[in-house]
Amino acid sequence: MNDMRKIEPDVTKTAAKITAREVNVHYGDTHAIKNVDVDIADKTVTAFIGPSGCGKSTFLRCLNRMNDTIDICRVAGRIELDGRDINHKSVDPVQLRAQVGMVFQKPNPFPKSIYDNIAYGPRIHGLAHSKTDLDEIVEKSLRRGAIWNEVKDRLNQPGTGLSGGQQQRLCIARAIATEPEVLLMDEPCSALDPIATAQVEELIDELRQTYSVVIVTHSMQQAARVSQKTAFFHLGSLVEFNDTDQIFTNPQDGRTESYITGKIG
Amino acid sequence: MTDMTIGDVTPCSRSLKRVAATLKRRRRKQALLQWIGLGAISIAFITLFILISSLVSTGWQAFSQTHLTFEVFVDPAEISAARLPRGGFDDALVVSLGKLLENADMSDRDTARAVEGVLSNGAQFQLRDLVVADPSLIGQTITLKVPVADTFDQLNKGLIDRDTPEALRRVKNREIAWFDELKAQGAITKPFNLGLFVNADSRFPELAGLKGALVGSFWALLVCFLIAFPLGIGSAIYLEEFAPKNKLSDFIEVNINNLAAVPSVVFGLLALAVFIGWFGLPRSAPFVGGLTLALMTMPTIIIATRTALKAVPPSIREAALGLGASRQQVVFQHVLPLAMPGILTGTIIGLAQALGETAPLLLIGMNAFITSAASSPFDSATALPTQIFIWADSPERGFVSRTSAAILVLLGFLVMMNAVAIYLRQKFERKW
Repeated sequence: MNDMRKIEPDVTKTAAKITAREVNVHYGDTHAIKNVDVDIADKTVTAFIGPSGCGKSTFLRCLNRMNDTIDICRVAGRIELDGRDINHKSVDPVQLRAQVGMVFQKPNPFPKSIYDNIAYGPRIHGLAHSKTDLDEIVEKSLRRGAIWNEVKDRLNQPGTGLSGGQQQRLCIARAIATEPEVLLMDEPCSALDPIATAQVEELIDELRQTYSVVIVTHSMQQAARVSQKTAFFHLGSLVEFNDTDQIFTNPQDGRTESYITGKIG
Repeated sequence: MTDMTIGDVTPCSRSLKRVAATLKRRRRKQALLQWIGLGAISIAFITLFILISSLVSTGWQAFSQTHLTFEVFVDPAEISAARLPRGGFDDALVVSLGKLLENADMSDRDTARAVEGVLSNGAQFQLRDLVVADPSLIGQTITLKVPVADTFDQLNKGLIDRDTPEALRRVKNREIAWFDELKAQGAITKPFNLGLFVNADSRFPELAGLKGALVGSFWALLVCFLIAFPLGIGSAIYLEEFAPKNKLSDFIEVNINNLAAVPSVVFGLLALAVFIGWFGLPRSAPFVGGLTLALMTMPTIIIATRTALKAVPPSIREAALGLGASRQQVVFQHVLPLAMPGILTGTIIGLAQALGETAPLLLIGMNAFITSAASSPFDSATALPTQIFIWADSPERGFVSRTSAAILVLLGFLVMMNAVAIYLRQKFERKW
């Protein structure tokens, strides 16, 4: 796999973390994603916006091959992570998902202790060599998930006992614990109240220092607040992809303008 | 209701009236539905009550057994240490018993035989076992507590009508007189019938117990569990989590559901042909019974396990997959532990069904007359339901109440198993 990088040396590195070209997704007879080309930059928050059913979540799930788990879903096209085709048969989706973490719409902590929730990823990937190692990873992840102070005294209590906002930050911390390079977030704040949303948004902004973050959101305000790049999807096509400022102040496509001004959606 | 009539002035009063009119009809329908539901439950409960009360009313007598306590002279003339375990134990008993009865002419052979008939046939063996264990008893007088014969047990329990003409009665007048004489001396007691649980089957009702059947059922259920549980869970996990969804897996699913509905007697025939006929496994063995019951229980466990696996929310699978867990890790580290309470509940209910299953066991010969408890799954044995079948078929009056008692014991086990299932379900039920 490394030899692929040697063939196209510096170009991919500087250009983008993830490059998607002519991605098409079919759900049975439904053509869910049509010829989408996107470049996702490193250390940037990229927002996917668009009306319900426009395919933004489906496309997000292509980036860590979560669609593999759905029998009727077929993905075509080329998606490269650091210049390497993630759909190539030599790529193990298990390894890919360790590299590309994911946070889901509904907070979904395991019905285990807070500690075990965080430690699960490092354990299955063998990232910790000792108990102290693992303790460190757990603390570091919880700190970066901005939830350490709230849970440090009750690491052995079930993660499901936390509030919704805390659970979602726990899930973010859990995704971080496997040290991914890209973090995919599928409407991470849709089940949260405004205060918890603000906390998660703040966290996303911090994570940008280290990761490439891709966030699917229904809230245009949220996209404007947290992202640097925004992609607008409509009916399975990528309509416009540009700097967030440009999308919201000077959209090039009529459909984008209609959507952000509330005329379609 | 009253505020609706005031509403006449408002513009929507007409539609309000219409709603009020339909409301009455809707309420009536709901009340009717509730009454029908209540009626259905009442009928079910009344039926259950009749069943249980008829079982208890005939079965409760079997939980006690009339015993006779008397002094027995272990006569060296009849019993000698050299000939043990043989000896005239019955003679020693009859002679000692005859001394208690004033009007019995023991020199008359018929009378002596009739006196001997008061005691259970097992009494002489009880005495023999005592003497064999301790030969120094020979020549001594010991106090012995032995069961009385079934007819006298029935008499003592008031199940034989003394007003019946003697010719139509199983106990004759002089026998009743002897029994009353013994009773007047305080020699007759009616303690708890421990023998019902510690004795194996016997021809004589007063000696017959359920031990053989309990042990047989235990072995059969153990074999059934050890086979059906892993196989059932394994099949369910494969079908639910790994099998591709295609025509073949649909076909397999339909067949598993059919298998659960196959009459149990068919499984019995299959077991007879395959396990006993081809494989040459022993007849009447709990091992074969367990294999047969496993065939029947497995579909139940598969269906229960698949339901439990399906009930685990997909968000948990996604969370684990998203972290890079493999399919196998997702199943064994997350889905299976969460599904376990449901699986165990289904398994216990399946085993409870297996415990009460009769027909397949009849076909593999687990309804044989066996007077000792099985010490391994390969020994001949009966099971609880087949024991009930045997006793229900026996002519002796004592078996009537014992059959009911055995049914009560079986029902007791079933209630216990179902209670455990409900407890597990409630204890480990999770809120998502």
